[in-house]
Amino acid sequence: MAQNNFLIQVKDLKKYFYKEGLFSKDKRPIRAVDGISFSIRKGETLGLVGESGCGKTTAGKSILRLIEPTSGGVSFRGQDILGLDREAMRKLRPHMQFIFQDPYESLNPRMKVEEIVGEGLEVHRIARGKEKSRRVSELLEKVGLHPQDAQRYPHEFSGGQRQRIGIARAISLHPGLIVADEPVSALDVSIQAQILNLLMDLRDQLGLTYLFISHDLRIVKHISDRIAVMYMGKMIEMANSEDLFKRPLHPYTQVLLKAIPKLEPSQRREKTPLREEPHPLPSDQGCLFQPRCPHSRQRCQTEEPLLLDEGEEHLVACHFVS
Amino acid sequence: MKIENSKNRPLLEVRDLSIHFFTEEGVIQAVQNVSFEIYPGEILGLVGESGCGKSVTGLSLLRLIPIPPGRIVNGDITFDGRSLLNLEEKEMERVRGNDISMIFQEPMTSLNPVFTIGDQIMEAIILHQGLDKKAARERAIEMLDRVRIPSPDKTIDSYPHQLSGGMRQRAMIAMALSCQPKLLIADEPTTALDVTIQAQVLELLKEIQREMGMSVMLITHDLGVIAEIADRVAVMYAGRIFEYGPIEAIFGKMRNPYTRGLMTSIPQLTEKKDRLNAIPGQVPDPMDLRVGCKFHPRCYLMIEECKKEEPPLFQVNGDHFSRCIRWKECC
Repeated sequence: MAQNNFLIQVKDLKKYFYKEGLFSKDKRPIRAVDGISFSIRKGETLGLVGESGCGKTTAGKSILRLIEPTSGGVSFRGQDILGLDREAMRKLRPHMQFIFQDPYESLNPRMKVEEIVGEGLEVHRIARGKEKSRRVSELLEKVGLHPQDAQRYPHEFSGGQRQRIGIARAISLHPGLIVADEPVSALDVSIQAQILNLLMDLRDQLGLTYLFISHDLRIVKHISDRIAVMYMGKMIEMANSEDLFKRPLHPYTQVLLKAIPKLEPSQRREKTPLREEPHPLPSDQGCLFQPRCPHSRQRCQTEEPLLLDEGEEHLVACHFVS
Repeated sequence: MKIENSKNRPLLEVRDLSIHFFTEEGVIQAVQNVSFEIYPGEILGLVGESGCGKSVTGLSLLRLIPIPPGRIVNGDITFDGRSLLNLEEKEMERVRGNDISMIFQEPMTSLNPVFTIGDQIMEAIILHQGLDKKAARERAIEMLDRVRIPSPDKTIDSYPHQLSGGMRQRAMIAMALSCQPKLLIADEPTTALDVTIQAQVLELLKEIQREMGMSVMLITHDLGVIAEIADRVAVMYAGRIFEYGPIEAIFGKMRNPYTRGLMTSIPQLTEKKDRLNAIPGQVPDPMDLRVGCKFHPRCYLMIEECKKEEPPLFQVNGDHFSRCIRWKECC
C-alpha cells in the first residue's frame, strides 16, 4: 500500500487471553481486544477512550508489542512490525515509546533519576557518561524539573513529578510515536492540568504523534484530534473530537457523554437510560452492547454490527444509526 | 461563621475542629480550625485534592481517627444536640452504623470477603435494631431491592467478589442505610467506578436521600460530582476550609482563587483546545506549612500581606464565605 503520512496503521488487531488449567469449566478465551483497526497520521493525536475492561490498555501495549498480539497487523512507517524478530524490533523501539499510568509503580525505586531517564540512551548506545548526563539534564528541564533532580530517587518526588520523570524517559530517544496510557488519571486535578499542558507543549516542540488512552472523555477531547471509543474489545465509534461530541452516534457514546458530571448545577442530568451492568462474558452473537442498550431490537441480538462510515470520517458500529 | 437558620437547627455542627498527627518526623496539621454545619435532609459536599484533610474530617465525625498518632487538639462536634467528643466509647458504638453511617471508596476492601453480602447487612441490623434473623433477612432483602440490585433474594447470598464494582458499592450503600441513619458520610463513593456506573450510583444516593430525609456528607475530589448532587459545599485546602456556601453561589461566582483554580483545571467540553489554566506548583508539605495563607505560593492574586497572616473566613454574602483577603476581586 502506497505510503502516505500514516505513522502507524493497525488492522484487525486481536489479543485473546486463554485461561489455563485442567479444571476451568469455560474454555473460551477472554477477548480483550477483538479486532480493532485504526491509523494515526504523523503529528496527530488519537484518543482511545472507554471504561474499565474495554481493552484500551491492552490495545496500547499490543501495538508496541509490550504484549504480543494474538493476530492482526501493525505497521509503523509503512513497515510491518509484528513479523520482526527480536533484534529488529529492538532497533525500532526508540521510535515508539510508552508512558505508564501509575507514577508510583513505573519507576524503578532503586535507580536514580539519571539512570532511569538515561537508561534508553545507554542501552541503545546513543550516549554515555558526560554526554548522557548532559542530555538527561536537558530532558529534565524540558519536563519542568531541575538538573539536580537527576541525583535523587523516585520516592523523593510527588506523583506529578514522577510522571514528569516518566515523560522525560519516554522522550529521551526522540520517538515518533508515544502511547500514553492514562498518564494523568492517578494525579490530582490541578496537577493533571499541568501534565496535560506539558504533553501538549512537547507535542508541538518535538512533533510527536500520540495514542492517548484514557477513560476521562473531557481530557481526551482536550488533547485529541480524533477519538476512538472502545467497548468490550471492539471499536464502536471513531470521529473527529469536535464531531464526536456534537454528534455522538452510538448509544454507548451518548450514554458516556451524558454520564460526565457537568460543572453547572443548573444543568443536572435527566436519568441515565442504561439498563443492567455488563455481563462478565460476552455472548458470541450480536451486538455486545445490546443487553444495556435502550434502543435494542431483534437484529441486535443476532447480528454483530460492522464499523461503517457515516460520512466525514465518522465511523459507527450500530444497526440503527439514523 | 455560623449560619443562622431559624427554621432548621443543624443536625451536625462542627466548630473549630483541629486534628493533628504526631509522628516521628514531625507534626502534621491535617485539619485546622474547620467549622461547618449539615442540616437535616441536605447534601454537603466536602471537596479538595489529596492531603487537604477531607477524609480525616469525615473519619473524625465517627471518632475513627487512630489516637495516637492522631489527636483532636481542639474543637467540638455536635450531633443532634449531643457532643460526640464527650461520649464514652460504648455510647459512640451505638451512634456508628445507627445514627451516623459511612461508605468508602473501595468496596472490595471495605466489605469482608469471607462473608456474604447478606450476613454483613444483617449483622448491622441485628446489632442495632434487635431484630431476629428471619426479620433481619427480610429487611436486608428490602434494602438490596431499594438500592436496585437485581434479584435481591438471590444476591443476598453472594460474596463480594461475585459482584461488580458498581454492585458492591450498592451493597455497601444498602449496608450503610439498613439502620436508617440520620447522616451518611460518603468518602469518595464513586471514584473507583466507571463514569456510567458513577452516574447511576449518584442518582441512587440522591433518590434514597430524598426518600429517607437523610443528610449526606459527600467527600470527593471531583467538582463535577458535587455540582451533580450537593446542596452546599466546603472547599478544603491544606487542612483548612477555603470556601463555603450554597453550590449555586459558588459555581455561579466563586470567590476564592483556589476554587477558581480547581474549576479551570478541568477541561470543559465546550472549550477550544488551548492550554489549561493549571495552578502552578504543588500542594504544600503538611509538615512544612509556611506562615500566612497556605495557598499563597501558588496564588495568582497573591500580595505581600498574604505571606504574613492566615486570613479568616470573610462573609461574601448570606451563607457564602471565603478565606481570602482579596475575595472581592475574585474571580
